[in-house]
Amino acid sequence: MSSPSKALPAWIDVGVIPLINILLAFFVSGIVILIIGEDPIEAVKIIIYGAFGNDYNIGYTLHYTTNFIFTGLAVAVAFHASLFNIGGEGQAYIGGLGVGLLCLALDQYVPFWIILPLAIIASGLFGAAWAYVPAYLQAYRGSHIVITTIMFNFIAFSLMNYILVNVLIEPGQMSPESRDFLASAQMPTMQEAVGWFGIEIQKSPLNLSIFLALFSCLFVWLFIWHTRWGYAIRMFGFNENAANYSGINTQRLVVGTMCLSGVLAGFVGINEIMGNHNRVMLDFVAGAGFTGIAVALMGRNHPVGIIIASLLFGTLYQGGAELSFEIPTIQGEMVKAIQGLVILFCGALAYMTRPTIERIFTAIVASNGTAKEQTNG
Amino acid sequence: MKKLFQTAAASIIALTAAASHAEDIKPAVVFDMGGKFDKSFNEGVFNGVEKFSKETGIKYREFEVTNPSQREQAIRKMAQRGADPIVGVGFAQGPAIEKVAKEYPDIRFTIIDSVVDLPNVQSVVFKEHEGSFLVGVLAAMASENQKVGFIGGMDIPLIRKFACGYAQGAKYAVGSAEVYSNMTGTTPSAWNDPSKGSELAKSQFDKGADVIFAAAGGTGIGVYQAAKDAGKYAIGVDSNQNHLQPGTMLTSMTKGVDVAAYNAFKGAMDGTWKPGLHALGLAENGVDWALDDNNKSLITDAMKAKVKEARDGIVSGSISVHDFTSDSSCPAL
Repeated sequence: MSSPSKALPAWIDVGVIPLINILLAFFVSGIVILIIGEDPIEAVKIIIYGAFGNDYNIGYTLHYTTNFIFTGLAVAVAFHASLFNIGGEGQAYIGGLGVGLLCLALDQYVPFWIILPLAIIASGLFGAAWAYVPAYLQAYRGSHIVITTIMFNFIAFSLMNYILVNVLIEPGQMSPESRDFLASAQMPTMQEAVGWFGIEIQKSPLNLSIFLALFSCLFVWLFIWHTRWGYAIRMFGFNENAANYSGINTQRLVVGTMCLSGVLAGFVGINEIMGNHNRVMLDFVAGAGFTGIAVALMGRNHPVGIIIASLLFGTLYQGGAELSFEIPTIQGEMVKAIQGLVILFCGALAYMTRPTIERIFTAIVASNGTAKEQTNG
Repeated sequence: MKKLFQTAAASIIALTAAASHAEDIKPAVVFDMGGKFDKSFNEGVFNGVEKFSKETGIKYREFEVTNPSQREQAIRKMAQRGADPIVGVGFAQGPAIEKVAKEYPDIRFTIIDSVVDLPNVQSVVFKEHEGSFLVGVLAAMASENQKVGFIGGMDIPLIRKFACGYAQGAKYAVGSAEVYSNMTGTTPSAWNDPSKGSELAKSQFDKGADVIFAAAGGTGIGVYQAAKDAGKYAIGVDSNQNHLQPGTMLTSMTKGVDVAAYNAFKGAMDGTWKPGLHALGLAENGVDWALDDNNKSLITDAMKAKVKEARDGIVSGSISVHDFTSDSSCPAL
């Protein structure tokens, strides 16, 4: 995405403006909390403590963060090619199915170190396959990617439900869930991992998938800004005709970009299915695919921004849950409203404060300039 | 005199001890996705615990989970805060309760709609197929075309268990009865989609059905409305919903989730709480069909006799109702 004006230095554009937007969102949330008769300062304290107060809470925060990094990257990669991938939810869901099928098939026969790379490939392949069809339809048939990816979310829900209810369900069990994976198909939790170094922390869903997420960030950064393919993607995003004219096969580019996007979304399956639940189940994505859109918007489609935005949303998810736990009058819906306000101010209204800040900034620069001139003169 | 005084004092001490012991419990409930006002299952539990709270003045802790990872987290948090007993709502919380109950062997857990086999867990399940069988009998007898419908919420084994029991009941009462079965959807939103419920009901009416049993949470509201508009009958679920559309609500299949939740708290307070499996069927009054002022004119004596015969048969064991979840198949559908 190009910025509307070049008047501001980058650190204001990616640092100060998002920060002001977040503060605005919290300010409005605070007013809402005041209206229902609770103390907003107390609420912020609970959110911060709930997200970072101890190793257990941090584990949950980072677990959600991992999901959001994957889906945020997925949206961002597609965004660089001006493709709006709303299907992260479905791609992540099907990616989890890929992981689950592989783990269920192999966990009795082979050790973890063989399953892990295969599971990563499976999640990526399944996620990519789910993105491939809308991508193909966009590239070769002109169906709009927004519509098709949304529809594919619903198809993914139905497919998962059918498979879980009819095929994968553990017999004699009420809940449509597969059997638990054996230990050979379970991603070590962070508790086990730091245990190898003699450090003790509480068990939380946080697992080694977070390193896959960070590695994916590095990969996306290298890929988008330091390879020819990344260059082609960005060029296509800026101007489709120019890309076409310079000899890029834009149809293949659309399909390729969407498949990469699907791969990244599919990795959510590694974090949730292999790392957390250790079985295939319904609804494990829990909105991470949609949150990824907000994360990518806020992170300005840059991996570093996405990590920071993911951490913010991880904090809101985990801290928000603690908030409704500690203050029962602030219910789940209220927490969702706060999250919604953050998305509204940082996403939809991202440029609302920009003109004001621009004016203030130019005023400061100008006064500095005149001050300098005066001392010089 | 002195002795009498002593006895009185002792009994007063004993009484206060008992009273303070009774106030000792710190009950907690973890509602599942859908929330406590889902017009169905969670709300039933909510009504039960509210009743307990009003009667005894004991406040309870509560939490509504909004994603699957929060189930275990919320239950563990309740346990860390010293809550006892902790009630988990819905089969989806089974694995979470199992994990946390192992970590806190001294805390009493109650799971509704699922089975967790641990010494400190009380598992309350319902024989929905038995209750559905009875309303199936009533539906088939009330139907003029011998065609009855079933509309489920989300397509999960539990709802198919309702459908299967219902179909068996209909065929038990009228051998040639036809049963149409539709599910509203495959995602949790299927529990709260009245307009889709209404559409499905209309299409079943068009096919000739004239009684529809909705086991679909909030979606059922649309089914009941459609039945009223078309002048056909509908059957409610979970709680007694006969009052929603008096005159066209044939009956309701009631499921005592409120009683189960109430008893979990009350039992813990009185010391009568017991772990283990509690399967509540017709014999235990866990499921039933509702008869009140709103529908008594719709239920004929012949229907009453037939449903009583079916009920006695099920309780005595001479009629066995096939449970869909036992082998994931339904011979009657």
